[in-house]
Amino acid sequence: MIILAAFKIAFTGLRRNLLRSLLTMLGIIFGVAAVIAVVSLGNGAKAQVEKQISTLGQNVVMVMSGAASRGGFRMAFGTSGTLTLGDFDSIRKEVEGVAGVSPEVRSFAQVAVGNQNANPQIMGVGSDYADIRTWRFASGDNFTEADVRNANKVALIGKTTATQLFGGEDPVGQVLRIKNAPFRIVGLLSPKGVNMMGSDQDDVVLVPYTSAMKRLTGDTTFRSLLVQAVEPTLLTSVQAQITELLRQRHRIQPGRDDDFLVRTQQEISEFATETSRVLTLLLGGVAGVSLVVGGIGIMNIMLVSVTERTREIGLRLAVGARGRDILLQFLIEALTLSVVGGLLGIGLGWWASDWLSGMMQSPTLIAANSVALAFGSAAMIGIVFGFFPAMKASQLDPIEALRYE
Amino acid sequence: MVPVIQLVDFRKSYITGEVEVQAVRGVTLTINPGEFVAIMGSSGSGKSTLMNTIGCLDRPTGGKYLLDGIDVGSLNRDELADLRNQKIGFVFQGFNLLARTTAVENVELPMLYRRGGQRFNNPRERALKSLERVGLGKRTDHTPSQLSGGQQQRVAIARALVNEPTLLLADEPTGNLDSRTSIEIMDIFQELNAAGMTLVMVTHELDIASYSTRMVVMRDGRVVTDRPVEQRLNAKQELARLKQEQAAVKLA
Repeated sequence: MIILAAFKIAFTGLRRNLLRSLLTMLGIIFGVAAVIAVVSLGNGAKAQVEKQISTLGQNVVMVMSGAASRGGFRMAFGTSGTLTLGDFDSIRKEVEGVAGVSPEVRSFAQVAVGNQNANPQIMGVGSDYADIRTWRFASGDNFTEADVRNANKVALIGKTTATQLFGGEDPVGQVLRIKNAPFRIVGLLSPKGVNMMGSDQDDVVLVPYTSAMKRLTGDTTFRSLLVQAVEPTLLTSVQAQITELLRQRHRIQPGRDDDFLVRTQQEISEFATETSRVLTLLLGGVAGVSLVVGGIGIMNIMLVSVTERTREIGLRLAVGARGRDILLQFLIEALTLSVVGGLLGIGLGWWASDWLSGMMQSPTLIAANSVALAFGSAAMIGIVFGFFPAMKASQLDPIEALRYE
Repeated sequence: MVPVIQLVDFRKSYITGEVEVQAVRGVTLTINPGEFVAIMGSSGSGKSTLMNTIGCLDRPTGGKYLLDGIDVGSLNRDELADLRNQKIGFVFQGFNLLARTTAVENVELPMLYRRGGQRFNNPRERALKSLERVGLGKRTDHTPSQLSGGQQQRVAIARALVNEPTLLLADEPTGNLDSRTSIEIMDIFQELNAAGMTLVMVTHELDIASYSTRMVVMRDGRVVTDRPVEQRLNAKQELARLKQEQAAVKLA
């Protein structure tokens, strides 16, 4: 009953001193709005990156060959082909929990159909590749294990390349020439969009890796392999097994560095979102400081309010209010200020993140937990910073308070 | 019969700086149910300190104070608050109504602080009844700024009565009112007293004190006079006389 009455008093007071209340709440409003806008921007960026990483496939472990050293400069992983056909086979046969393995033999070449030509990425892959990357077919179907074994001249074509070469026509059954070798198109891949680096994943022609190595690149080793684990929980186990296996096969002494790199999809996702995460934390922290400043504003106005209403407090004490009742009343008033400010801040933050998303051409994602966090901290701040003035009010001497002019 | 107020050698001293000021130096006073006592005295006589102690806003530093048989000296802050809530109705010189709050909500205030099982389940009804009792049944939703001084003091009296106190304590209740309104307030007090209410009123106006049944005069922290009022004024008669005088002026 006292709590209900205190809320009523708090709301009446808030309406009565509308301008003052609004100015007091401003710090909280901006603090909450800033937290929500910043976190939603960060979440949006993170979700975008994660979506792009998910185009890599499902439960994927990437294996990259070691770095080439040229004239003392060590180059990036994957520049030197240290992964052999034997490595590929033993991963497929010896590692437990593996659903599929495929090499990626990358090259660029001009492809032509009639008088049309394009310059897509030519990727030599195994028959598991489309499954690993959860790449569906818009038309036609995958090539077979037999095609891989026999280095058949068959190809899968990405949407972008297909449109460039065939316009709207169905390319399945047509023949395209890669470096003048004719390849029969057996499947049209569904579009996947751009990857993390911003390049079009649909501007691609997939051929059996055997064909690619024999007819296009002349390589005998691989620079990267994609491995699919059966379940997400097996990712780290598969990663560890591959590392162990390759160290053995490459005869790397204990204590020496690997000449290859094994990364799970999760790790890649974490690396990619790390920057945006740090930035979000940093900006969120700045916004949090503004919340604290808002709290100080509330404390200030509550102190003024306690002084202004000294006689009222005296009267309440005289008619039987205990110190605790007065404490509760002023705490609830501070809480009301901060909570109303928090609600207004959520509205403003919502609007601001919409506006930012439009202006910065980047998606925003308002997460329920960031709203709850911002609102919760606003309420907490109301209680924490309202406590001192409320304590002061509750400890007033009734006689002096009644006499206060 | 348990006395409403029983003070035995009551003393109160304050320490201001390094000097001990003795505001009340030994007062023994018994007030029985149904009495209407006026406490008089000049400023510095200790009457305010006596009043604060009787009102349980303060505790004695010496002697004993029993309110309705309860020893106030042994109670803590919260227990004092509960005692004030249940046993005492306060009427102040400055009315002390909550601004921008309606009369009936002002009257409801003391009921807000009743604890546990003593809570009334019909506070609005009780508040309205209390306002009716002081002759203010019609302006219950007016705020203090819309009421005259006399009406504000009536609201304050209704507030003091709403918890059915044992004692009504008035501190200079007519100090801010004109003479006619003062008599109206005394009329209410006399009616309440006739109905059995115990009243203690601090005043410095002798004619106001004449409406009570017993007069206590203080000086330098001691009671110097304590006697029944001999020529007691009747507020109803005084009001009638005043009306006649005004009519006479108009006729002339």
